[in-house]
Amino acid sequence: MLSLTLTGLKLKNPLMLAAGIMGTTGGSLKRIAENGAGAVVTKSIGLEPKGGHSNPSMVEVDCGYLNAMGLPNPSYKNFQGEIDLAKEAGIPVIASIFGGCSLDFSEIAGALRADAFELNVSCPHAHGFGAEIGTDPELVEDITRSVKKATQVPVWVKLTPNVTNIKDIGLAAQRGGADAVVAINTVRGMAIDVESGYPILGNKFGGLSGRAIKPVAIKCVYDLYEALDIPVIGVGGISDYRDVIEFMMAGAQAVEIGSAVGNNINIFNDISSCMESFLEEKEWTLEDIHGMVHRV
Amino acid sequence: MRPVNAVITKIVDETPAIRTFYFDTSFEPIPGQFVMVWIRGVDELPMALSYENAITVQKVGPATSALFELQECDSVGIRGPFGNGFDIKKGHILLVAGGVGAAPLAPLAEKAGASGLKITTLLGAKTKDELLFRERFEAVGDVRVATDDGSDGTHGYVTQLLDDAKKYSQLYCCGPEIMMKMVLDKVTPSKVQFSLHRYIKCGIGICGACCVDGLRVCRDGPVFSGDVLKKSEFGVYRRNECGERVRV
Repeated sequence: MLSLTLTGLKLKNPLMLAAGIMGTTGGSLKRIAENGAGAVVTKSIGLEPKGGHSNPSMVEVDCGYLNAMGLPNPSYKNFQGEIDLAKEAGIPVIASIFGGCSLDFSEIAGALRADAFELNVSCPHAHGFGAEIGTDPELVEDITRSVKKATQVPVWVKLTPNVTNIKDIGLAAQRGGADAVVAINTVRGMAIDVESGYPILGNKFGGLSGRAIKPVAIKCVYDLYEALDIPVIGVGGISDYRDVIEFMMAGAQAVEIGSAVGNNINIFNDISSCMESFLEEKEWTLEDIHGMVHRV
Repeated sequence: MRPVNAVITKIVDETPAIRTFYFDTSFEPIPGQFVMVWIRGVDELPMALSYENAITVQKVGPATSALFELQECDSVGIRGPFGNGFDIKKGHILLVAGGVGAAPLAPLAEKAGASGLKITTLLGAKTKDELLFRERFEAVGDVRVATDDGSDGTHGYVTQLLDDAKKYSQLYCCGPEIMMKMVLDKVTPSKVQFSLHRYIKCGIGICGACCVDGLRVCRDGPVFSGDVLKKSEFGVYRRNECGERVRV
């Protein structure tokens, strides 16, 4: 009842693990897969091993979580084994990748074997990467096109909400040949320790995730659904089944779940069973709710 | 939670390389839980609580060196306590401590002692001077000592003292990973609880940087039963700050 085909990938449900969460080891991806996710997205992987920003790199704030991990990753040269291990769980494994230019992206996509790629052009706190690229429509189009040339598998582009108009970036990804867009990455934010005046994050500022950003994400998904022909994948602040329904009604064909995994490692199983009951009671299918808000 | 401001009220040199920092705040931990200690402007580190209001730290790198520069009345930011802590079983328990690994085991010994359990401790360190919290363990039970250089007790590793593990109802172990792996290989895995050390970033079970295979040290641990660890990469690999596998 929850199964779907998303950019050619068969998923048992529309609930995926978001990038950057439990995604560094094959064992952790496999654990999430075994706990009911429809697919898992890896930690963002780059050209060279990277240690990331100094701690604190993630703290809970009043209304969500603020993080500046700084794209720590072991490099694509050391990552295929983790993907292969995650694949043992039998669900699609999507590699999140990042780089400083289209050549970086296409080198990684050409070398890694995964079921799809998610291009991270949206990390808000890594100098020279992420959102510093993803706010420029021409760069996004160029990178998407070069990755499409380098690989046969579907290419998703994860968008930053830290732009004036997210539709322009989504359209650029679509022109570059993206199979889907993913919205949103974290919202730029900062917290200051009032006892000392120090910024709490080692990187001084970072990205906000969790409940606080859900309305921001819903609006982005709503806008992208109207503007694009390719599927929109929703992410940002999901912690229960009603959040998923809301994202799908806004226009998401599937969703990703991130921060909420910390407090409930079994969240994928929990949400799938609640979603099934809800849809049954309403006599709705996934197709019925997909983009519903645009039709009522 | 945001970091809580914790003022250092007392600093005690426990050994030449290990120091205890007492704070003005009690964290009411379960023995074995840890806190994230933010040395402002430098780094944030996971540290076991050695008392309800103190951490006991070995100087090993730039961040712990910066912590050692701090004086009484200086402050740090603290998040926590985090993690699960030890599960105290009934009967005659055995504690196996190596080096600064005695830090989370000492409050466990005191709690178990207060509830009337019989406690034996195997305490190891490089030298006599580096034996940590000997008096705290002696106050609640028998202590047998081993030093790498033979300056006190048995000459060799603390694991050499582990000859009759069967007679204990439960074992609790913390120390260098190689030493813990030797314990794991020597005893019935389900009878021993290990407190693990890993590179921890978020501390709250989200990022996955501290995973031992699929186990989050910060959230599912830091204390794990040996039977869970037996089939994992524990004792074989750890992950560096990039997530690369590094041989233990």
